[in-house]
Amino acid sequence: MVNDHTILPLTLQEIMVKRRGKHILGPVSLTLQGKGISVVVGPNGSGKTTLLRAMHGLDRISAGHKAWAVSDAQAHVAQSFVFQAPIMMRRNVRDNIAYPLVLRGVNRRDARAAADVWAARVGLGSAVLRAATVLSGGEKQKLALARALVTAPQVLFLDEPCANLDGHATQEIEAILHAACADGTRIVMSTHDLGQARRLADEVLFVHAGQVVEILPAAAFFAGPASAQAAAFLNGDLVL
Amino acid sequence: MSDIADGFATAARLVVSLDAELIEITLRSLYVTLSATAVASVIGLPLGAWLAITRFPGRRYVIAMLNALMGLPPVVVGLIVYIMLSRSGPFGVLGLLFTPTAMIIAQVIIITPLVASIAHQAMRELWADYHDLLISLHASRRQRIATLVWDGRRTLLTAQLAGFGRGIGEVGAIMIVGGNIDNATRVLTTAISLETGRGEFALALALGFILIGLAVVVNLCIHVLSRTEQGSRW
Repeated sequence: MVNDHTILPLTLQEIMVKRRGKHILGPVSLTLQGKGISVVVGPNGSGKTTLLRAMHGLDRISAGHKAWAVSDAQAHVAQSFVFQAPIMMRRNVRDNIAYPLVLRGVNRRDARAAADVWAARVGLGSAVLRAATVLSGGEKQKLALARALVTAPQVLFLDEPCANLDGHATQEIEAILHAACADGTRIVMSTHDLGQARRLADEVLFVHAGQVVEILPAAAFFAGPASAQAAAFLNGDLVL
Repeated sequence: MSDIADGFATAARLVVSLDAELIEITLRSLYVTLSATAVASVIGLPLGAWLAITRFPGRRYVIAMLNALMGLPPVVVGLIVYIMLSRSGPFGVLGLLFTPTAMIIAQVIIITPLVASIAHQAMRELWADYHDLLISLHASRRQRIATLVWDGRRTLLTAQLAGFGRGIGEVGAIMIVGGNIDNATRVLTTAISLETGRGEFALALALGFILIGLAVVVNLCIHVLSRTEQGSRW
């Protein structure tokens, strides 16, 4: 499922998201390109999730313009999304991971073989026949990661992938993300865990009140953000 | 009370002696209702899933209509199917009136709204779970329906069992379109009706007990089968 065309850069021009008439996000303009891990940080309710969903195409953009380097159809098959609360299909682990491949017309046997490889890679190798719905929280998120990575996406979005997970599970998931990044997957994830942002980020997007306030290389951001809100956020103050 | 006791005794005697006529009408009951349930499932399950995932103007009215049709009076359905299939009706040339096929057609009309409506309820919940994932993966409409129906198959079984339950005990429609003809269209319910009219209460009761037993056995069989298919619960 390797896509020959690189789908990046992703360009957002003045995009806005409204839901039931309420302004949620924007206007946001940014360009996503290059390699590595971009981490979206910001207070709760600032629009992190909506930004990711809008980039991926889950949330409808009410104004502005979003464009990948390739057609939307080509871009769609080269990206994956991992949700904060992993969505477990009522199937076993193997069929969950194989599902995106089956949707794309890969025959079931090959899809299951690929799923087994990915299950082993995320540490679910011995659980392929278990029902996905009875896995632990960490296992569910690992399954969701494997299901996102099985299509070899160029861009992987993750919305708070480690929320509600213990340290061990978080460590395992971060290791998987590092490995995916090393394989060339461009990662965009949100977190409210600044420690995680420090561990993973190459680039930080600070979001506040529906605006992307700043985009800086991680080292520069943590050394001294440009905006007062980001400085307050890093300080642990409530940012209103 | 003695009538009921006699009924039990007669039922036991008929079952133990494998009464040929009893077996024939029991099998016909099963044939008619299982066929109708199968056809209603093929129509109703995807329809329920489709209604769960599709937004269109008037959708709520379609669902309200479907729910209302669950209470469709079998006698009226029987009458309409009778008129359609009668010699002078639009489908008269098919010569289906007073055949098991006509009975199946009538039962499909009665059962399908029930199956579709229950399927819709089940699919709506599953769709709420799966919505973001399937949108993210760009599943086509057909793939979404197939996924929901497959992953929701255990809850959909309830819809099918409800349909079967309504069909197997139904007498109004199949009496009209089947005619309760001996050796041709007589089934358990129409036989009960006939025997009651003749005053043969013991025989009618016996057939009634067998009908109840049949419904229970079919339900149990399907439960056991669906559980052994995969060990885990969803």
